[in-house]
Amino acid sequence: MKISTRKGILQAVGFLALRAAMGLVLAVLVLFLYDIGRKGGGAISWEFVSQAPRKGMTEGGIFPAIFGTFLVTVITAALAVPLGMAAAIYLHEYARQSRLTRLIRLSIRNLSGVPSIVYGLFGVILFVNVMRFGTSVLSAGLTLGLMTLPWTITASEEALKTIPNSYREGAMALGATKWQTIRTNVLPYAVPGMLTGTVLGLARAAGETAPILFTGAAFYLPFLPKSLSDQFMALPYHLYIMATQHHAIQQVRPLAYGTALVLIVLVLGLNMTAVILRYRLRRKQR
Amino acid sequence: MNRTLIIAILTLALLGPALPAKPAGKMIQIKGSDTMVNLVQILAEEYMGKTPGAAIAVLGGGSGTGITGLINQTCDIADHSREWKQKEIDQAWEKGVTPRFIVVAVDGLSIVVNEKNPIDQLTMTQVGALYRGEIKNWKTLGDFQKPVSLYGRQSNSGTYVFMQEFVLGNKNYSPDMKEMNGNAQIVEGLIQDEGAVGYVGVGYLYDENRQIRKGLKILKISKEPNGTGYLPTDKAAVDSGAYPISRPLYMATNGKPKADVARFLGWIVGPEGQAIVEREGFFTIGEGKYKADNDKAFK
Amino acid sequence: MRGRNIREAVIRAFFFASGILAVLVLVGIFLTLVTTAVPAFREIKIGEFLTKTAWDPTSPEEPEYGILSMVVSTLLVTGGALLLAVPIGIAVAAYLSDVAHWRVREVLKPVVEILAGIPSVVIGFLGLVLVGPALARIFHTGNGLNALNGSILLAVMALPTIISISEDSLNAVPKAYNEASLALGGSRWQTLWRVKLPAGLSGIIAAVMLGMGRAIGETMTVLMATGNARAFPHGLLSSVRTMTADIAIELGEVPYYTTHYYALFAIGLVLFIITFAVNLVADLVLHKYQEREQ
Repeated sequence: MKISTRKGILQAVGFLALRAAMGLVLAVLVLFLYDIGRKGGGAISWEFVSQAPRKGMTEGGIFPAIFGTFLVTVITAALAVPLGMAAAIYLHEYARQSRLTRLIRLSIRNLSGVPSIVYGLFGVILFVNVMRFGTSVLSAGLTLGLMTLPWTITASEEALKTIPNSYREGAMALGATKWQTIRTNVLPYAVPGMLTGTVLGLARAAGETAPILFTGAAFYLPFLPKSLSDQFMALPYHLYIMATQHHAIQQVRPLAYGTALVLIVLVLGLNMTAVILRYRLRRKQR
Repeated sequence: MNRTLIIAILTLALLGPALPAKPAGKMIQIKGSDTMVNLVQILAEEYMGKTPGAAIAVLGGGSGTGITGLINQTCDIADHSREWKQKEIDQAWEKGVTPRFIVVAVDGLSIVVNEKNPIDQLTMTQVGALYRGEIKNWKTLGDFQKPVSLYGRQSNSGTYVFMQEFVLGNKNYSPDMKEMNGNAQIVEGLIQDEGAVGYVGVGYLYDENRQIRKGLKILKISKEPNGTGYLPTDKAAVDSGAYPISRPLYMATNGKPKADVARFLGWIVGPEGQAIVEREGFFTIGEGKYKADNDKAFK
Repeated sequence: MRGRNIREAVIRAFFFASGILAVLVLVGIFLTLVTTAVPAFREIKIGEFLTKTAWDPTSPEEPEYGILSMVVSTLLVTGGALLLAVPIGIAVAAYLSDVAHWRVREVLKPVVEILAGIPSVVIGFLGLVLVGPALARIFHTGNGLNALNGSILLAVMALPTIISISEDSLNAVPKAYNEASLALGGSRWQTLWRVKLPAGLSGIIAAVMLGMGRAIGETMTVLMATGNARAFPHGLLSSVRTMTADIAIELGEVPYYTTHYYALFAIGLVLFIITFAVNLVADLVLHKYQEREQ
C-alpha cells in the first residue's frame, strides 16, 4: 500500500496507534515485573523461602505463608476439580438443550463475575458459622473452591469438546452404556486437558486475598497448620500485611517485595505450566 | 502430571514435621489492637524463646476485632488500646463472657506532622477541631499555607475510638480523613505528605535504631489554651497526666487468667516484660494505680 | 439388564447434581446475602441507606448508614478505569487480530495473559509503592492514595479481559466480510475500522461489560491504593472508599448480629446485584451476537 496516498497515510497512522497501544500495555507489564523482580530479588534467599518470620516479622522468611498457600490451594482443588469435572461431564455428555441447561450455564457465567469479597461473605456464613468449621484452612479452602468452580467447569468442558464424537459413537455402537462410553472412550483422553485447564483456576485461587481474609488467614502464627481446623498464613495476605499493617513497613519493604516476587513466581509458574501442557496436548492431538 | 503433583504434596507433607513441632499445650490465641500488635508479638517471641512448650499466636485486626473475638470466644486474649464500650460489655455478659483487664503498657498517643510544618504546638481543642474537619487549612493555626491532609485509622482501631472520645469530644470525624490500615501506614503518609497530620502510638515513631524517624515532627500538646505543651516522649509528663493524650494499653481475658495465659500475662507485667515494653518505645505501668488494678484482676 | 439401567440412572443423577450445583451456589449466595441483610432494615430506612452520603456506623453521635458516597466512589474508580482500558484494550485487540504477524501474535497473546495472572494484592502493592508516589509527584498532591491511582490499577486488571474477548470477537467476524471489503478496494485499516469493528461490536460491548464487572468487584487493589476516606468523592484526586473496600475493612471487627454487621451484608447484596446485572447484560449481548452469526 503506497504510503503517499490518503488511504495509505490513514492506515499507517492507524496501525501505528494500535502498535503504540500494544507497546503501552507491554511497557506497563514489563515495568511492574521489573520493579518487583529488582526490589524483591534482593530479599530472596534459601533462608527467605524456608524459614519462619522472626523478630516481629522484620527478619527471617516466609515459609509458613508458602506452606499455607499451598495447603489451602490443595483444599480448593479437592473441592473445585472433581465437582468441576463432574459438572462439565453433565453439561457436555448428558444434558440436552433445555431451559434448565441454559440456566445452569448462565449461573456458571454469573458465578465467575461475583466479587471475591462476596464469596468471602458467603464463606463466613456458610463455612465459618453454619457448618461450624470456624476460621480455618478448611473454611478458607472451601470458600476458594466455590470461587474456582466456574473456572474448573469451563476448563473441563473445553477439554471435553476436543474429544471427537467418533470416539463416543464407536463405543455406543458396540453396545456400551452412556457411562461406560464416557469412562472408557472420553475421560482417559479428556482428563489431562481438564486438569491442565483447572491449574489456571487454581493459580488464580492461590493469589486471592479477599475470600480468605475472614475465613482463616492469620497475621502471625508461630507454627504450621497441622489440621484442617487450624488457621494459616498465606502469601497474598502476608503481602497485604507487610505492606500496610506491619509496625515497620518501611523497614520491611524489601521483605514485602520479596513476598510479592515469590507470589508472582508461584502464580505465573502455575500459569505457564498449564499453558505449556495445553500446548503439548494440543500438538499431540493433532 | 498427576504423579508430579502427588510427589510434590508428599514432599511438603514430609517437610512439615521438620519444622517446629506444635507443642502438646494449647496454643494461646491473641487478637486485637494494631497499636499493640508488634509489641505483643515481640513479647510473645521472647517469652516462647524462654519457655519451652509455650505456643502463642498473635493476630492483629484492631482493638474492635480483639474485643469481638473475646466476646465470640474465638481468642484467649484480646489486646485493646481503648476501653470497652458499654454495648460490648453488655454483649459479653449476654454471652456469658466476663472480661478481666490487665494493663500491660502505657501509650502516649502522638500527634505528628510533616517536618516541613512550622507549627510546634497545639492545644487539645485545636487537635479536635482539625480532626472534626473544622480547620481545613494550616494557615488558620500558623504560618503555613497548605490544606490540611488528615490521616487516621479505621473504625476497628482502638486508637480511632480513643481519639474520638477524648480529643474529638465524641463527635464525628471529618469524612475526608484518610483511613489507613495501620499505624505504620500513617507514618509513611506523614513522611511523604507536607500538609499531613496523623495520630500514632508513640512506639511507632522510632526506627530500628531507636531514633525518631526522619521526616516527622512530633507536636507538643497542651491541655489548656495557653498552657504548656508537652511531648508524648516525655515520660514524666505522660505519667503525671500533663501530656493529655495518654492511655493504658490492655490485654483482656475471659474471667480470671488461668494456667498458660496467666503465666504469660504475669511475665509481661513483671520486670522482664516491662523492660521490653520500654525498649519498644512505650511506657511501663509503673508502681501506682495500674499495678494495683492488675493485682486485683489476677486474683 | 435392569441392574445396568439402575446404575446408569444413579450415575446420571450424580452428574446432574454436580451440574445443578452451580445454580444452587448462585442462589445460595443470593439468599444468604438477602437473609443476612434484611435485619439491617429494621433499624435503617432503605431510602436513607441508598441515598445518604454519610457512612459512619460507629459514630458516637448518631450512627449513619448511607452508602451513596461508596457507590459513587465505586463508579468513579470503575469509570476512570474503563476510560483508560476500553480504548487501549480495543486497540490492542485490533492489533493482535489484524496487524500483528501470526508469529508475533503467538508470543504476545500469552504475554497479555501474564498480565491477567498477576494477583490483585500485588497490583495493589504496586499502586502503593510505585504508581501512587509517581502520581503524587506528577500532580503535586501529598500522596498518591486516591481514585486516580485506583482507576489506573483497575484498568490494568480489566485490560486482559477486554483484550481477550474483543480479540475473539474480531476474529469471529466472517472472512467474507473482510474479503468483500478488500475486494472493493478498501485498505486493511478501513476494513478494520469500518467493517470488522462494527461487525464485532456486540462482542466488544460484552467484553467491556465483563471488564467493568471485574473492576466493580475488585477489593484488594482499591483497599490498598485509594486512601479509604469516607467522604463523597470530589474528583479523581480525592481519596475514596469503594463498597468492596468497606466490607473488607469493617467485617473483621464488627460484632456479630448487630445492625452494623447486617448493613455490611446489605452492601454485599448491592454489590452482588450490580455485578449480576452487568454480567447479565454482557451475557444477553453475547447471546444475541452469537444468534445473529448463525
